[in-house]
Amino acid sequence: MAKVSVRFFARYAELAGCSSSAINLETPATVADVIDRVRAVFPGTQAMPPRPLAALNQRHVKLDATVNEGDEVALLPPLSGG
Amino acid sequence: MHLTRHRLEVADLLAEVQSPERGGTCVFLGTVRTDADITALDYSAYEAMADEEIERILAEAHARWPDARVTLEHRLGVIPVGEASIAIAAAAPHRDAAFAACRHVIEEVKKRLPIWKKELRGDGSEQWVEAHDHR
Repeated sequence: MAKVSVRFFARYAELAGCSSSAINLETPATVADVIDRVRAVFPGTQAMPPRPLAALNQRHVKLDATVNEGDEVALLPPLSGG
Repeated sequence: MHLTRHRLEVADLLAEVQSPERGGTCVFLGTVRTDADITALDYSAYEAMADEEIERILAEAHARWPDARVTLEHRLGVIPVGEASIAIAAAAPHRDAAFAACRHVIEEVKKRLPIWKKELRGDGSEQWVEAHDHR
């Protein structure tokens, strides 16, 4: 099992009803597995697109990236900086 | 730190990049545009990651244009129509590199910075802005 912290930003924080949480996952696990768990635990996040943008430890990653104990996964709504 | 909640000061960015060896300086300002009933945009960020990502973008620009110096500042919080949300300054020995580096940095910012904005309207309503590809 790996404990992973999850962070939600902007509209996704509104959907989740919180800005951060922690989940436990069977390993090996990917960012996609984290997102599946998030959808189950925070039903509001089912309104996220099927493949949301994600960051792993503050770097953009694809959803097949592997997550490990202590990692942080951030779920990012469509970016609109600048 | 490249993020601020204060008004952007272009002179401060120019001071960071200009030198007697750099004869071309280019500044890009992104300002909150009037549109429909919008009075302001409320910017928020994953601040730690945004700052890291800005450092990475600037390092990439430096690797590509070694003689250029580029810096940027992004403002967060409520920004009224007409005020700047982002300022980028690029200086290089000649104008081509200054323009190219500045353009490169704003395009990467648009693609990569974990920053979001909410439109604040005169009637009190609010709406998250989803990505557009206006250039």
